[in-house]
Amino acid sequence: MLVLTRKKNQSIVISDDIEITIIDIQNDQIRIGVTAPKNVPVYRKEVYLQIIEENRKAAENKKVSLDELKKNLKL
Amino acid sequence: MILKTKYFDNVEVKEEDIITFERGLPGFEDSKRFVVLYKVDDDNPFKWLQSVDNGSLAFVIVQPQVFKDHYEVKIDEHVTSELEIGDLSDVIVYSIVTIPEDISQMTANLKAPILVNAKKNKGCQLLLEDERYEYRHNIVEELRKLGGKQNASADT
Repeated sequence: MLVLTRKKNQSIVISDDIEITIIDIQNDQIRIGVTAPKNVPVYRKEVYLQIIEENRKAAENKKVSLDELKKNLKL
Repeated sequence: MILKTKYFDNVEVKEEDIITFERGLPGFEDSKRFVVLYKVDDDNPFKWLQSVDNGSLAFVIVQPQVFKDHYEVKIDEHVTSELEIGDLSDVIVYSIVTIPEDISQMTANLKAPILVNAKKNKGCQLLLEDERYEYRHNIVEELRKLGGKQNASADT
């Protein structure tokens, strides 16, 4: 991993189209600004991992029949 | 093209029905082509989102309006351009369904819906920065709440 030291208002540029700026530092919280092309999704890592986890679980569905699921909607 | 799938025998997939997910789905980035499978003439709100690239990958999906009132999906301009959305009415929103042993406890992911532009056959999975929506909404419970509300308004 590349480790760089930055101060408030300083940036890191990745490739020629992604810029990460340190906006503010307060104790152990750092506000970060990300400028990236529209087709580059930016997520908080724990959120991204959670989507992956939920998708994996959903893909493990045992063999279900859609008719059986529909029956459960009749209250 | 004939597709061999996990849940069905061989399925005939027409080229024009294939939906392209340019970024794949988180966790399954290698599957970029899917089809929505359902029985014609069936009013079942549950459908399969079947991967064309990987026959053993399929998700159960449902349109959230079946059990959720006023579900709001904020579509920003990067999604509009990614899916080439011309008219919002072309967009179909689905939730991925997770089914545990006890089917009645099935849940829908309202936090990260699937969006499909039916005109262009392009899709993506979105993340909603909206605290009202969770990864697991119990569908039967939501439906009960919805039923209660509808009865209440019918009484007045």
